[in-house]
Amino acid sequence: MSSQVESLVNKEYKYGFVTDIESDIAPRGLNEDIIRLISSKKGEPNWLLDWRLKAYRGWQKMVEPHNWPNIKYHPVDYQALRYYAAPKTKTPLGSLDEVDPKLLETYQKLGIPLSEQKLLSGVAVDAIFDSVSVGTTYKARLAEAGIIFCSFGEAVREHPELVRQYLGSVVPASDNFFAALNAAVFSDGSFVFVPKGVQCPMELSTYFRINAAETGQFERTLIIAEEGATVSYLEGCTAPRRDQNQLHAAVVELVALEGATIKYSTVQNWYAGDEQGRGGIYNFVTKRGKCVGPRSKISWTQVETGSAITWKYPSVILQGDDSVGEFYSVAVVNGKQQADTGTKMIHIGKNTRSTIVSKGISAGQGQNSYRGLVKVLPKAAGARNYTQCDSMLIGNRCGAHTFPYIDVQNSTAAVEHEASTSKIGEDQIFYLKQRGLNTENAISMIVNGFCKEVFKELPMEFAVEAQKLLGVSLEGSVG
Amino acid sequence: MEAALLEIQGLRASAGDTEILRGIDLTVRAGEVHAVMGPNGSGKSTLAQVIAGHPAYKVTSGQILYQGRDLLDMEPEERAQAGVFLAFQYPVEIPGISNAYFLRAAYNEIRKARGLEEVDSLDFLDLLEEKLRVVEWGPDIMSRAVNSGFSGGEKKRNEILQMAVLEPTLAVLDETDSGLDIDALRIVAKGVNALRQPDKATILVTHYQRLLNYIIPDRVHVLSAGRIVKSGGKELALELEARGYEWLEEAVTT
Repeated sequence: MSSQVESLVNKEYKYGFVTDIESDIAPRGLNEDIIRLISSKKGEPNWLLDWRLKAYRGWQKMVEPHNWPNIKYHPVDYQALRYYAAPKTKTPLGSLDEVDPKLLETYQKLGIPLSEQKLLSGVAVDAIFDSVSVGTTYKARLAEAGIIFCSFGEAVREHPELVRQYLGSVVPASDNFFAALNAAVFSDGSFVFVPKGVQCPMELSTYFRINAAETGQFERTLIIAEEGATVSYLEGCTAPRRDQNQLHAAVVELVALEGATIKYSTVQNWYAGDEQGRGGIYNFVTKRGKCVGPRSKISWTQVETGSAITWKYPSVILQGDDSVGEFYSVAVVNGKQQADTGTKMIHIGKNTRSTIVSKGISAGQGQNSYRGLVKVLPKAAGARNYTQCDSMLIGNRCGAHTFPYIDVQNSTAAVEHEASTSKIGEDQIFYLKQRGLNTENAISMIVNGFCKEVFKELPMEFAVEAQKLLGVSLEGSVG
Repeated sequence: MEAALLEIQGLRASAGDTEILRGIDLTVRAGEVHAVMGPNGSGKSTLAQVIAGHPAYKVTSGQILYQGRDLLDMEPEERAQAGVFLAFQYPVEIPGISNAYFLRAAYNEIRKARGLEEVDSLDFLDLLEEKLRVVEWGPDIMSRAVNSGFSGGEKKRNEILQMAVLEPTLAVLDETDSGLDIDALRIVAKGVNALRQPDKATILVTHYQRLLNYIIPDRVHVLSAGRIVKSGGKELALELEARGYEWLEEAVTT
């Protein structure tokens, strides 16, 4: 392929600015004192501190998963990181009326206005800045419906019984290296509780922003939908452009009781590093949902365009009979980005169904791997899975890899896997240019067509955003 | 006499190290239909691609003036926006993008470039209805992904639909007739004849004479080894049909 199809990815990352705000920052390093410090800063009860410490002790014995994922990076020096950073403000955080104007301005610049009048109608936002929640909108209106939507820290203070009941019930503290690290040092995140029979009247969303240097972000999100409840949740993420790699190790747990539906959408646009691969976020995330009750449904949709490295497998444990799990993913790598992402569908209950649609786009020198496990346990009679895994290559220096794992232990199960690989060619681009579109619009159209099945799963406003984001992250990959 | 719409002078072009066009001179005036014929490998398709600006071909000398502008200095999309249309020999597939969306995007890009307002999807549907009649298609085709899973004949017909919608000033058809049955051929001819207007021109690149039974050309040119070796009126096509290409090739080499 000539240079025509070589350079459309390297547009300025427009979220790369730094907010100049004084922060309350923990000293470098990780030990039990730091964990006690984090816990006391957040005014946590003893049981939670004990939970953290237990996780930390377990983590010390664990090995970083360096071997099996198809990613390469220098080992992280966990003692060089800072595990807590919070903007110093005169007034306590959490109330939108009193938020530091600098923070409001930051979110304004990111396109996330925090004043309720200016918000997208029908979307409530929790804004997380480094280790703390800056504020949550529409809390009062949601509370009228009995819905709790607040920062994780606030949930620990206001609804400790719910947090205690569900924390770690889907992703145990001992689950894996990064999940254990998160359990030990997690900072803030969002908490959602939708009570029995309630249909959440608006989209809920969290906007994560890393600002401070040399800090990790370790948020933890917990969403519970009781019997017959439904909720749709969206997260967005950005970070400043910095030369050092920054670690983001989050945990998300979803719990769906009988007949409940949780839809979780992610538009991940962490700073990806520069063209030489300097800097960028290490996005090592554990996301898992459990369909506890019969006829419950959990649907993950992710659009992953940022981060130097992405390591995440949003999964569903299909425990209840007739429960449904879905995973729709678009992962884009450009420059020197690496992604090893996919899902796990664990069929336990009878007649459980899962759908996996993965679209991987590789450009520049990016390496994109799909890794997916479909496991059907002996009692999951009538389980069904359909997996479609498509890769698109732009240029000659990138890579696409597929690692499907299928483990079926029930003979009545039906599992299908389809895969394809295609390449955007000069001829495709030329065809669209000959019809009057410029190169960027041409690529954007081809890629958006490729991702259509995933984009249609996103809430309307975000589908439009995702399409634009895709265009931006591929700019310069063909020139 | 009309001023030239397209004026090609001494055009030489290569793909990689291979020179394919070796000095083409061709003048096309508004209102004319020109047929460019020749054996396989003579450079017919390359000429069409070079006019449209395909990056695989490098122009090594000569020039192309279109409406007095230096066409070679323009990006392919700028040429399209200026009214140059190429009906592709092998139209590409664009999965996931509907024909309607694609056509409207193209239509609006061209309008925007001309300082006109974009057309919304409802108004565009009205326009489409009329154009679909040219290619004798129902509206269903518009919700299918561009050329995706189309038969060879359907792809060619889709090119003619795009041409009918975009109403180019200069249409270049690259072997649009090859592999078509009589009905499809008739539809292609209908599309081309609809664009036969005093301010527009068409270049038909074809291997066979049979399309010229439906579209009567004003001029016929025979390409051989990258040069135009003979030009004439419509009767030249019939002569080629009867005598083949060898007699011309011999005439050149001797």
